[in-house]
Amino acid sequence: MDVFFSNAIEFGVIFLFGCVGEILTEKSGHLNLGIPGIMCVGAAGGCFGAKLCMSGADPNGFLTVLVAILFAMIFAGALGGIYGFLTVSLRCNQNVTGLACTIFGVGFTSFFLNNIVLTEGVSAKLAQAGRSYFNAHIPGADSLGWFGTIFLQHGVLVYLAIVIAVLAALMLRYTKVGLHLRAVGENPATADAVGINVTRYKYTFILAGAAVAGLGGLCYIMGYMNGIVDATVDQTIQGIGWLSIALVIFTMWKPALAIIGSILFGALYILSSRITGISFVQTKLLELIPYVVTIIVLIATSIAGRRETQPPTSLGLSYFREDR
Amino acid sequence: MNENLALELKNISKYFGSVAANKGIDLTLCKGEILALLGENGSGKTTLMNMISGIYYPDEGQIFVNGQQVVISSPQDAFRCKIGMVHQHFKLIDLFTAAQNIVLGVKGGRYGLKKINDEVRAIAERYGFELDPKKKIYDMSVSEKQTVEIIKVLYRGADILILDEPTAVLTPQETEKLFSVMRAMKADGKSIIIITHKLHEVMAISDRVAVLRKGEYIGCVDTEKTNESALTEMMVGQKVALNIERPETKFDKPLLEIRDLCVDSDEGSRAIDDLSFFIRGGEILGVAGIAGCGQRELCEAIAGLRKIESGGIYHEGESIVGLSPKEISHKGIAMSFIPEDRLGMGLAPSLSITDNMMLKNYQDHTYGIKPLAVEEGDKSLKAKMRRAVNKTGAWLNRHCIFVNRKIARADAERVIKELDIVTPSAETPVRKLSGGNLQKVLLGREILTEPNVLITAYPVRGLDINSSYLIYDILNRQKKSGTGVLFIGEDLDVMLALCDKIMVLCHGRLMGVVHAEKTTKEQLGLMMAGALDLMEEKGKPMGIAKDSQIGEEHTWDA
Repeated sequence: MDVFFSNAIEFGVIFLFGCVGEILTEKSGHLNLGIPGIMCVGAAGGCFGAKLCMSGADPNGFLTVLVAILFAMIFAGALGGIYGFLTVSLRCNQNVTGLACTIFGVGFTSFFLNNIVLTEGVSAKLAQAGRSYFNAHIPGADSLGWFGTIFLQHGVLVYLAIVIAVLAALMLRYTKVGLHLRAVGENPATADAVGINVTRYKYTFILAGAAVAGLGGLCYIMGYMNGIVDATVDQTIQGIGWLSIALVIFTMWKPALAIIGSILFGALYILSSRITGISFVQTKLLELIPYVVTIIVLIATSIAGRRETQPPTSLGLSYFREDR
Repeated sequence: MNENLALELKNISKYFGSVAANKGIDLTLCKGEILALLGENGSGKTTLMNMISGIYYPDEGQIFVNGQQVVISSPQDAFRCKIGMVHQHFKLIDLFTAAQNIVLGVKGGRYGLKKINDEVRAIAERYGFELDPKKKIYDMSVSEKQTVEIIKVLYRGADILILDEPTAVLTPQETEKLFSVMRAMKADGKSIIIITHKLHEVMAISDRVAVLRKGEYIGCVDTEKTNESALTEMMVGQKVALNIERPETKFDKPLLEIRDLCVDSDEGSRAIDDLSFFIRGGEILGVAGIAGCGQRELCEAIAGLRKIESGGIYHEGESIVGLSPKEISHKGIAMSFIPEDRLGMGLAPSLSITDNMMLKNYQDHTYGIKPLAVEEGDKSLKAKMRRAVNKTGAWLNRHCIFVNRKIARADAERVIKELDIVTPSAETPVRKLSGGNLQKVLLGREILTEPNVLITAYPVRGLDINSSYLIYDILNRQKKSGTGVLFIGEDLDVMLALCDKIMVLCHGRLMGVVHAEKTTKEQLGLMMAGALDLMEEKGKPMGIAKDSQIGEEHTWDA
């Protein structure tokens, strides 16, 4: 049981990265359906970074983790930048652009991982990096019983996800940047009129959101899979990406709630593979639960109609100053 | 240089295309005074104020603040010059509290809501506002939102405040409260420019009045030394003779009758208040009033687009309240509303003229599927099948499943020919047409259904002289054919020449219905500003149409 909870947290933080990334993007008024693709690209970039560091004879663990994180963020940020340029500067339809980013990101990852990253002998090195660097435990955590198993036996990315979510929550609630960001997402014309640089805020948080989401992909391969890249990795991450977007609705655009929500989603996601002796159909039904819960939350918040639980008002709408 | 001047404008001009919105305007504002800016719709008041607050940039002229020449090219520049404007349409974020809105965009300073709440409370107390800084905007009334806007400007340290029609959305009590706050600000040394149409408010609050007419500066007078009728004369100017035909027709029976109608606006305030009037066949009834005095809501209520609160709308004696817009249009009531952006209501920009014709009249543009020949009493399988086919065809016909572009095309071409619309073809997307041609398409489509009541709002908005005359001609043709026309207009000269009767609204209330040939522009001006209410006059002064007393008789029964 302890192991199940531990795994739920480990898997949940992948959702958390994607979810917090999407929340940051949506708060600026942009619905980024490219998140699944961006998470994939982040995974590809992270593996590439890890490969570069592991190619020497005596790889440095700290450096490997740092470079992998940086590369994941740069790769994901690049795709986020394309999305931002198309939707902010060229004012393309956000849904169409986002879907295009996902299709591109997934395809790119499959190609990039198989043809460029996974040359001979790299698989083993990535597995080594995943096992001994990314999943290095806090010393002494193993001796603390169930508490240690659930909360302390995780790799660095798990804690990073939670720190990012907490920081995002604090920023949105207690800083001027957060206030301005929310203003941009609610009503860009008003924000513009009081002198907030709308375009800069939109770009900043689309890029930041994409970079955070990209870490989710890295977290799946290096954290959860211990550095093992299997053949269907792009499809799996894509699925996680869609669920992350659902999680944004489930948590009502609140990064702090996303911490709990993501662990719940993580538990539901791995549940079907942990229960033995159930039929194929039952497995599929279990996998449905996260989506069903999301729909229920959507219905409940719509009926309650509280303004605070609704998406940012100008979500999905392009802002054009001369339109005022 | 006068030390006492807070703001001075010299020779300010602004052109939109070839149209001059402001022409060589000089204006001065002293420290600690309230200046009223008066003018009709489209006289350039808001344009002028937008140049001071940095939304537009003047094409010519200079602006001086406290004797120093300044360049104001953005709202931030205006803030730096300590100028703040409260717009007619509030720029607030609904989800935020008052304090969050007030602090939004302010550079520097730590973001501590507690401190900000206290600061906001201090400003509110100082000038006598009532405001809870923690209240969210979506919970606020219109007057509270306005308070937030004013404090927002004060929080940024503005010394010159511009209020764009602040009283338009307020009740008389709220207006009184606003005025006492304005007096407190004036006592504190702030200079205020207030844009308003309401003469009695000008008289009540201002120290001086500046009047604009058609983009030109007419003059500035001390409020003490003037009166309402002198101001009206400055505002409307001399009557301009227009050569618009007004054909004599025999007035028919009332076609559309409105009785005790009350309608709410989107914001929930009363837009039409206890309005009664009727339109006869063969007459053009003009509706005069300041922008936003309920014209739009009246149109929408008649067309079935807006819920009415109380009262009745009768078409040929039958109530049409509660009918769907489609049913109302089937009864022969057509509406063409030209919004400010022209394309907003009525036409789909990227569809062709033909398609836009079909949008409304698709029932007439359907394919009639011809029934197959079946002999009566034939019981063969073939006959049964043919009957089934006919049944399906009839159902399809009834529900207009298949549209016939050929008929629609012919209709479109007829409208193009009759109304002289300039377009490459009937298949050109309407967004490629010029404004005048767009308006003709819109009007032409309504006329095509041969309505017996035609409601048209601002049909000549933004049109040049020739196109305008064409539109007047179209309306006159409708009138001659016995249609009752409700003409909601902007230009009093046009209405005096074109309409048979003119109904004046002021804040949704009927000020009276007058015969166009017996009234004067000044009288209309006073009525529009709410200074003259014929409904309350005893007896029957010259020029008042019988409609003013409509409430007492049941016109249709006669």
